[in-house]
Amino acid sequence: MPIRTVMKANEAAAWAAKLAKPKVIAAFPITPSTLVPEKISEFVANGELDAEFIKVESEHSAISACVGASAAGVRTFTATASQGLALMHEVLFIAAGMRLPIVVAVGNRSLSAPINIWNDWQDSISQRDTGWLQFYAENNQEALDLILAAFKVAEDERVLLPAMVGFDAFILTHTVEPVEIPDQEVVDEFLGEYEPKYAYLDPERPITQGTLAFPAHYMEARYTVWQANENAKEVIDEVFAEFEKTFGRKYQKIEKYRTDDAEIIFVTMGSLAGTVKDYVDRLRGQGIKAGAAKLTVYRPFPTEEVRELAKKAKVLALLEKNITFSVGGALFQDFSRALINEKEKPIILDFILGLGGRDVTFQNLDEVLEISRKALNGEKVDEVNWIGLRKEIL
Amino acid sequence: MAVRKPPITTREYWAPGHAACAGCGCATGMKLVTKAFSEAMEEKFGDPNAFAIAHATGCMEVVSAVFPYTAWRAPWVHVAFENAAAAASGIEAAWKKLGRKGKILAFGGDGGTADIGMQALSGMLERRHNVVYVMYDNEAYMNTGIQRSSSTPYGAWTTTSPPGKYSIGEDKPKKWVALIAAAHQVPYVATASIGNPFDLVRKVKKAAKVDGPAFVQMHCTCPTGWKTPLEKGVEIARLAIETGIWPLFEIENGDFFNIKIQPPGGGAKVKREGGRIVAIEFKKPIEEYLKPQGRFKHLFKRPEAIDEMREQIKAMWKTLGVDVTLPKPEE
Repeated sequence: MPIRTVMKANEAAAWAAKLAKPKVIAAFPITPSTLVPEKISEFVANGELDAEFIKVESEHSAISACVGASAAGVRTFTATASQGLALMHEVLFIAAGMRLPIVVAVGNRSLSAPINIWNDWQDSISQRDTGWLQFYAENNQEALDLILAAFKVAEDERVLLPAMVGFDAFILTHTVEPVEIPDQEVVDEFLGEYEPKYAYLDPERPITQGTLAFPAHYMEARYTVWQANENAKEVIDEVFAEFEKTFGRKYQKIEKYRTDDAEIIFVTMGSLAGTVKDYVDRLRGQGIKAGAAKLTVYRPFPTEEVRELAKKAKVLALLEKNITFSVGGALFQDFSRALINEKEKPIILDFILGLGGRDVTFQNLDEVLEISRKALNGEKVDEVNWIGLRKEIL
Repeated sequence: MAVRKPPITTREYWAPGHAACAGCGCATGMKLVTKAFSEAMEEKFGDPNAFAIAHATGCMEVVSAVFPYTAWRAPWVHVAFENAAAAASGIEAAWKKLGRKGKILAFGGDGGTADIGMQALSGMLERRHNVVYVMYDNEAYMNTGIQRSSSTPYGAWTTTSPPGKYSIGEDKPKKWVALIAAAHQVPYVATASIGNPFDLVRKVKKAAKVDGPAFVQMHCTCPTGWKTPLEKGVEIARLAIETGIWPLFEIENGDFFNIKIQPPGGGAKVKREGGRIVAIEFKKPIEEYLKPQGRFKHLFKRPEAIDEMREQIKAMWKTLGVDVTLPKPEE
């Protein structure tokens, strides 16, 4: 029987790792994800997880050791956040290019400067071009579930890409919520043993990994990473379907909430989705046709689902905790691209909010609503809007 | 007629067909190290192939693994420039869990080891991974075209330490990574050179057989970067030993008071106390080593720089607990 208990998202991530039975974990502590390696080291110390836990001297070495271990053919896991993920940046490309299905839990946190330990998504969003799959959890249960799903997608032969699962700093990492821990046997059945067909370092059948490629081959290697991302779209659907069958919890690349007759759809990721759903309920109570949508999967970008979603709304209000300077948030760029050649498309507005742990309140969302309604009425509004700025201190 | 056993295995792990420059001393090093490693694995585990290699970005990496070809006849992986030691740590951990017998060999050049990879190396040594890290030291960033590293010797020309009106070339003494490695008190640390292949093979075998981490700093010549004749590599490397430029030593378990110095040869007079070398009177002046190398050519117009080099060499030997006398060339 699955155990129903309460725990922080960091613990949920450690539990997911334990259930997935990685053989090598290499980690370096960083706020707010430190509890993940702490909890895993307890599991290992108590013999509850039979894994090598490498206490590395940096995040760069953490991911490098994971690459080494994964290249040697074992399931591998680590956790990090913020500057730690940024320090891994170089090797993230390498892990994807070498097609190693490493899974990383990310306690989504802002980047310096100024140094700030609280939540936004700039850390993992900044890794969006590395080739990694990206999942974002709304709550602690999702943190656990998505890590299990991420392993299964990553290790699928049609994919073979590393994956990161993000959950918001403090809002989730340090907040206790109800979580159901599935049975080990059920997880074993779901995930199976990882038996790599291509990545191993076996003296009986020596292979060379991580070669140099001249212009004659480099582009094709990059193309396979593109193709694997494309393949992952279908694989994710299959894995989510199997997940629902096995564990009873339903996941979709884009989860829709009261969108059927919505004029304005608020689109977001992570824990903010919960706030936004509540807000939509309030608007519906006032007779306002609003809906919400949550991206559970950010990479591969769910282009088809976005196009489907866009058919339902007159305004898509994108709420994002990240910024690309002079352009807007990452979602704004991705949604614009997904819809640019569609015959009929909604107005797309971008709202930058909640950076560095700034609370996102209903008042903030009222502001989003007001701007969205103006646009709906044909008034001219800014495409990119910073919400909740304290203009008096600028 | 009795057939003599070859002094080292005829198995090749560094296969012919790699793309290194003609006369590459490091290629010779790769060949010897892997052969020695294989022999050690055979003696320790009964399986000559019981090893995998993690390689840092560098000239020996790019010349040996150009897709779709490979020069490696052993499981081999390259990740990046600075993380061969970290990647090796991961492989070692994976092998432990897979129950695979054997040892991991890591290669890094002086740039990938003494500079950018120093932190990962320190982490690997400190965590006591069962890895032998061989730093092939050709004394500059040869992969990118001869830029100075912290392992470039004093006075040497490189493209980023050019001699000029205000410069004698590289103006800092060489960084001795072997001594830093030994400070981690790991089971085995040694310097070696392609100029003394028997000593090199012995040391690599010893490193491969210890339980825990080992580090070998291997001097190897680079005709391109050093501007030396192609066929003179081993000869020049030997001159480095015989003139006192390159000390050969071993440090076990970080016991600096018990450094084992290998006699340099070349007519040097060695004085021992209680079996330990305490003084060496070198017979060959360092000029014999410097002269055939274009990278030191400018020094011969600046004899004071060569004298400064002599002082630095004496200081380095002093650190090893040895008083050395370095002759000047006869006028």
